[in-house]
Amino acid sequence: MPYIINTAQDQQVMLDSIGLESIEQLFDSIPDTFRLQRPLNIRAAMCELELEQHLSQLADRNDDTSRKICFLGGGSYDHFVPALVDAIASRSEFYTSYTPYQPEVSQGNLQAMFEYQSLICQLTGMDVSNASLYEGGTALLEAVLMAISVTRRPGKVIVLESVHPEYRQVLQTYLGETESELFTLKTPTGALAVDELAAELNDQTACVVVQHPNFFGCLEDVNKIADLAHQHGALLVQVFDPISLGILKRPGDLGVDIAVAEGQSLGTPMLYGGPYLGIMACREQFLRRLPGRIAGQTVDQQGKRCWVLTLQTREQHIRRQKATSNICTNQGLLALRAAIYLATMGPTGMQEVADLCLQKARYACDQVSTGTRFEAAFTHPVFKEFVIRDRENQVASLLAETEQSGILAGIPLGTWYPELTDCFLVTVTEKRSKSQIDTLVQSLAGESSHISAIHA
Amino acid sequence: MKPEELLFAETHEWVHVSKDGDNQIATIGISSFAVEQLTDLVYLELTGTGTMLTPGEEFGEVESVKAVSSLYSPVTGEVVEVNTGLSDQLDTLNADPYDAGWMIKVKLSDDQALSNLMDHTAYQKQCAGEH
Repeated sequence: MPYIINTAQDQQVMLDSIGLESIEQLFDSIPDTFRLQRPLNIRAAMCELELEQHLSQLADRNDDTSRKICFLGGGSYDHFVPALVDAIASRSEFYTSYTPYQPEVSQGNLQAMFEYQSLICQLTGMDVSNASLYEGGTALLEAVLMAISVTRRPGKVIVLESVHPEYRQVLQTYLGETESELFTLKTPTGALAVDELAAELNDQTACVVVQHPNFFGCLEDVNKIADLAHQHGALLVQVFDPISLGILKRPGDLGVDIAVAEGQSLGTPMLYGGPYLGIMACREQFLRRLPGRIAGQTVDQQGKRCWVLTLQTREQHIRRQKATSNICTNQGLLALRAAIYLATMGPTGMQEVADLCLQKARYACDQVSTGTRFEAAFTHPVFKEFVIRDRENQVASLLAETEQSGILAGIPLGTWYPELTDCFLVTVTEKRSKSQIDTLVQSLAGESSHISAIHA
Repeated sequence: MKPEELLFAETHEWVHVSKDGDNQIATIGISSFAVEQLTDLVYLELTGTGTMLTPGEEFGEVESVKAVSSLYSPVTGEVVEVNTGLSDQLDTLNADPYDAGWMIKVKLSDDQALSNLMDHTAYQKQCAGEH
C-alpha cells in the first residue's frame, strides 16, 4: 500500500501558502443551501492495521488464475507474462507518467510508443500502427468508422456473426445512432461460407469485418473474403489474435486493410474491467485516417535521433469537431508492456507460444470429445479455442460443478447465441499442462473432484 | 485563367463558370493567397465525381505543415470531374493555382449562389484585411 503523508502541519503549510485559515474556507463559495449540513453517512476511518485486514478480506473473495485452472478465453487470455515485462514497465518513469501534453519533453515515452508501433507493424505485416487505443472493441469501432470515412460509403457495414459478440455490441451502440446499416452475416457452421458474402456486398458497403481466428476459435478464409470485399470496393477489417501470428499468416499478407486486436495477451494478465489494450494498424494509403496518436522518429537540430508525435494536425486538440476521431490518447502503459513482451519473445518465442497453444488446444479438444457426452461443435480448423457441445444440454450446471473442483472450464455461449445454449467455449493457452488438461477432461466427465487437487 | 476573370468565396475558393451546351460548369480551385497562407502543402484530398454539393459544403481538405483546412464548395451542383493528379503534384498549387491547379468541376443545378461571391477587386480587399 502506498503511504501518502498528509499531516496537520502539511495542511497548514498548504493553507498558509494560499492565504486561508482553514480547509472549511475552501468551500465558502458554495452557498449554504447547496451544502450538506451533516457529516457524510460513512463509517469512521479505520486505522492502518484494520484497513489492511479489511482490504485483504475483500481481495480474498476474488478468484484468480493462480488458484483455479483456467480454460477461459473469449477475448481475455491467461498467457504467461515474463518477469522482464513487470521489471521494465514498473519503472516509475513509465509507471506513473500521464499522457504527455507537451509530448516532445517525454522522449522516453515517445520512444516506447515508436518501438511499440514498429513491433506491431512487424507482427501484423501492416504498414503503419498508431500508438494504441483503449481496448479491442473500441479499436474495432474506430476501424469501421475509418473504413466508412476512407470509402465514403456510410451505407452498410457487414460483420460476421463469428466476430466477438461484445465487439458487435459496441458497433451497434455507435452505428445504431448513424445512417449506417450494421448487417450481421450468419455463421451457423462456426465460420463463414464465403459464397454467402457475395450476395450481401454492394457498392454502398464500406467494409467487411472478420475475426480470425474467430470468436469460436475457428479459422476464417480471410484471403478469399478480402478478395471479395475488394472486388466490391469495400475494405476488409480483421480482428486478430496477436499470439496466433506466431504461426498464422499476418493480416498484411492476407489482403487486410485495417487490422485490430485486443492486446492484453501481450504481457498483461487477465484483468476484470481493464485496463486493456487496443491495437490498430493499417495500410499506408489510409495513414491520414488512422485515429489516435502516432509517434514518429526524426533528428533534432544537432542531428541526433529523437521522437515526435506526428500528424497531430488531425487530432482533436487542433482539428476540434473535424478530428479523425474523438480519441486523443493511447493506452501507454499496456502498449509498453506489449512492446516489452514482443521484444522479449522475438519471432522464435512467438512461434513457440503459438505452437504450444495450438498443440495443447488440439489435444484438449480431442480428449474432451472422446466420450459420448461431448463433441466438438464445429469442424473447422481451430487455433487455441474450440466450442464443445454438451449432448445432455446441461452447460450451466456442468460449468458450476467443474468450478467447484477448481477448474474454470469455459464460457457458456447461450448468452450470445441462443442456438448454442448447449455449447461452451474452451481456451487452452501455453500455460496449461497436460495434467491440467487431463484434469479438465476427468472433471467434465464427472469423475471425482479431488483428482484436480492431485493433478493441479 | 486570369484571377481578374474569376469569382471568389470568403473561404478563398475561386470559381470560373463556363457553358457546356445547356449546362453551366463551375471550375473550382483555391486562390494564390490561400496557398501562400497555408505554407508548405503536404497532402490534398478531394471528393469523388457524383458528389452533390451545396454552398458551404466540404469538397475536400488540404493539409500543410501548419494545419488541415477544409475546402468549401461555393456553388450548388454535382461534381462531374476531379483533378485527380493534383494530390501527387502539390507544387502545381503554388506554381499555377488558377489553371493547372484547378480542383473540381461542378455542373451547376442552380446558379443563385454565384451572386454571393466576390469579384477579384473585392477579394483582394478581403485579403488585405487578413494580412
